[in-house]
Amino acid sequence: MTNIFKVRGGNNLKRHKVEKRFRVYGMIAIATSLAFLVIMVGSITLRGAPAFKQSFIKIEMHIPAEKFNKNALQNSRFVSYLKETLRAMYPDVKTRKDKKQLFRLVSSNAEYTIRDAVIANPELIGKTHNFWVRTSSDIDMYLKGYVDENLPQSERRISDQQVKWIADLKKANRIEVRFNTQFLTGGDSREPEQAGVFGAVIGSALSLFVCFIIAFPIGVLAAVYLEEFATKNKISRIFEVNINNLAAVPSIVFGLLGLAIFLNFFGLPRSTPLVGGLVLALMTLPTIIIASRASLRAVPPSIREAAIGLGASKVQTTFHHVVPLAMPGMLTGTILGMAQALGETAPLLMIGMVAFIVDVPTSITDAATALPVQIFLWADSPERGFMEKTSAAIIVLLMFLVLMNLAAIILRRRLERRW
Amino acid sequence: MNKYTNPNGELALKKRSINKQPMDNHSILSAKNVDVFYGEKQALFDVNLELTANSVTSLIGPSGCGKSTLLRCFNRMNDVISTCKVMGSIKLDGQDIHDKKVDVVSLRQKVGMVFQKPNPFPKSIFENVAYGPKIHGLAKSSRELEEIVEKSLRRAGLWEEVKDRLEQPGTGLSGGQQQRLCIARAIAVSPEVILMDEPCSALDPIATAIVEELIDELREKYTIVIVTHSMQQAARVSQQTAFFHLGYMVEFGETDAIFTTPKDERTQNYITGRIG
Ligand SMILES: Nc1ncnc2c1ncn2[C@@H]1O[C@H](COP(=O)(O)OP(=O)(O)O)[C@@H](O)[C@H]1O
Ligand SMILES: [Mg+2]
Repeated sequence: MTNIFKVRGGNNLKRHKVEKRFRVYGMIAIATSLAFLVIMVGSITLRGAPAFKQSFIKIEMHIPAEKFNKNALQNSRFVSYLKETLRAMYPDVKTRKDKKQLFRLVSSNAEYTIRDAVIANPELIGKTHNFWVRTSSDIDMYLKGYVDENLPQSERRISDQQVKWIADLKKANRIEVRFNTQFLTGGDSREPEQAGVFGAVIGSALSLFVCFIIAFPIGVLAAVYLEEFATKNKISRIFEVNINNLAAVPSIVFGLLGLAIFLNFFGLPRSTPLVGGLVLALMTLPTIIIASRASLRAVPPSIREAAIGLGASKVQTTFHHVVPLAMPGMLTGTILGMAQALGETAPLLMIGMVAFIVDVPTSITDAATALPVQIFLWADSPERGFMEKTSAAIIVLLMFLVLMNLAAIILRRRLERRW
Repeated sequence: MNKYTNPNGELALKKRSINKQPMDNHSILSAKNVDVFYGEKQALFDVNLELTANSVTSLIGPSGCGKSTLLRCFNRMNDVISTCKVMGSIKLDGQDIHDKKVDVVSLRQKVGMVFQKPNPFPKSIFENVAYGPKIHGLAKSSRELEEIVEKSLRRAGLWEEVKDRLEQPGTGLSGGQQQRLCIARAIAVSPEVILMDEPCSALDPIATAIVEELIDELREKYTIVIVTHSMQQAARVSQQTAFFHLGYMVEFGETDAIFTTPKDERTQNYITGRIG
């Protein structure tokens, strides 16, 4: 009789052990990579989350009717009235130095907040109104607990006097922490408290749009030609190898190419999503071609035979049957390629999308920056306030990526034939 | 209901001797001195064959002997294999199909094909049948197209089963239904010849019996060439049989004669199961 139970020693036991050990190694590998992921996302979230909050100061201010014209508010200056109001709040502030510190409580862009409020509601002219204006970044940092009060005054960016003022304002309920909508709807700024990612998000979106419009049709057509029409010979193999190699070319090389061709030769406008998108298209093209060819190859040959057997021409066979079946795979590959392009910084630096741009771009020929470049710019800034903005912008970039991947999944589900 | 769907399948295996006589004797498809090469390798040697209209001819022989290769010569499906070279002359209605003036698209409309594995398009049943007429411009109106689809499905004996679900995917049908859908798709473009490459090898016995009966009915309108590895099937459905061995056509004649009094020793060995 044969024995099917485990026996001590022998080959069987050894095999069993090897199998067990291998499983343990596999689990360790997965746990390690998961841990890295959690640490990375966790630390970015912890650092970036406060950037979505911003502290505001309530300032009671009179808008003198005789000084402001309803029809010329856009060019009116509110800064002197703001300063006057602040001085009136603290009459005992006399020296120049103290005054300067007082004005530094609020953001240097506070006058624009007031101006915009008055433009939105011209009734305020001639009245006294409570305006909520942003605190300066230094005060915001202090309120978020980033400043050590025990340090000597000279070693921190906020004076004892300011600490006292803030404490008083807090007691009087004149300080409030609110959700920082400006961060999600505004463009870049020199002042951290005023800076937003929206300009960069739109810049990235416009670039990706151009990238898609250019790279998808070219990539798909190239893949269809290579896979369905080209005869398999030495030349087509050389093409194939080169396309695969192109996918591995460092992205900065594509940036240099874009600089030489699109900017210097064709004279397209510098720093624009148009050129950025073109460069990213060059970069994603090999990825799209490779993914599209793989999904064309996955279409069963029997479908082609069926169509050809019916008398369909090669083009009819390809575009009536093969390409529609391969489309989900092609789109997924394209979106994944574009997700990769979204994170690219180096090629965009080469074509000048690294400029400081305040306005949110509205067309592909407006000067713009892109999300990863914005992150790079902020990470490079010395102000403490930009540190949290950097992490917050990374969060936005990751969200953008997640959305694109979701779109890929949804598209694939939608297009996939359920038969 | 079809009489062949009875669970025993006994009826299905009965010989249909009444249909044994060819109705018309004029030759429709002929092959003369056909040699086929795949690169350096020769797959068919000097094949000579005359097919009479409105008859079923079966090609039998051991696997790899070149049956499919010959079949694919008749509608120039071998054109898509870049290494494949066909020599000799093949004539459809007296016209050389390799003539430079021949339009392969019309050739394939005249000579339809049904494959080993049912391969409906992943589209609706209607679209499957309508595709051929559409690309050949056979219907002038959507009304006419619907008529063609219904007629083809009726001829393929599938109409009653699918008339209420024409919009459903063709790939959702059973294997046997899918194969009949493929036959309907082939006859929708009004071919003269239908080539079938082992059309029943992926089907169960009951579905096989239904398709076999269908082939017998289709003989009235079309000339059919069927590759099969089942000698019983060849005996049941065909009037002529050609036996192939290692790329040579060993014997060709009336099916009855081939199975009862084979002239060649190799044929004898094959039908008695000694080679295969
Ligand atoms: N596409 C092809 N390329 C190269 N050789 C082929 C190809 N198709 C068939 N052959 C060869 O041709 C011979 C005949 O094949 P085939 O006609 O498919 O045989 P059968 O259908 O009788 O089983 C076989 O030896 C096979 O290996
Ligand atoms: Mg075969």
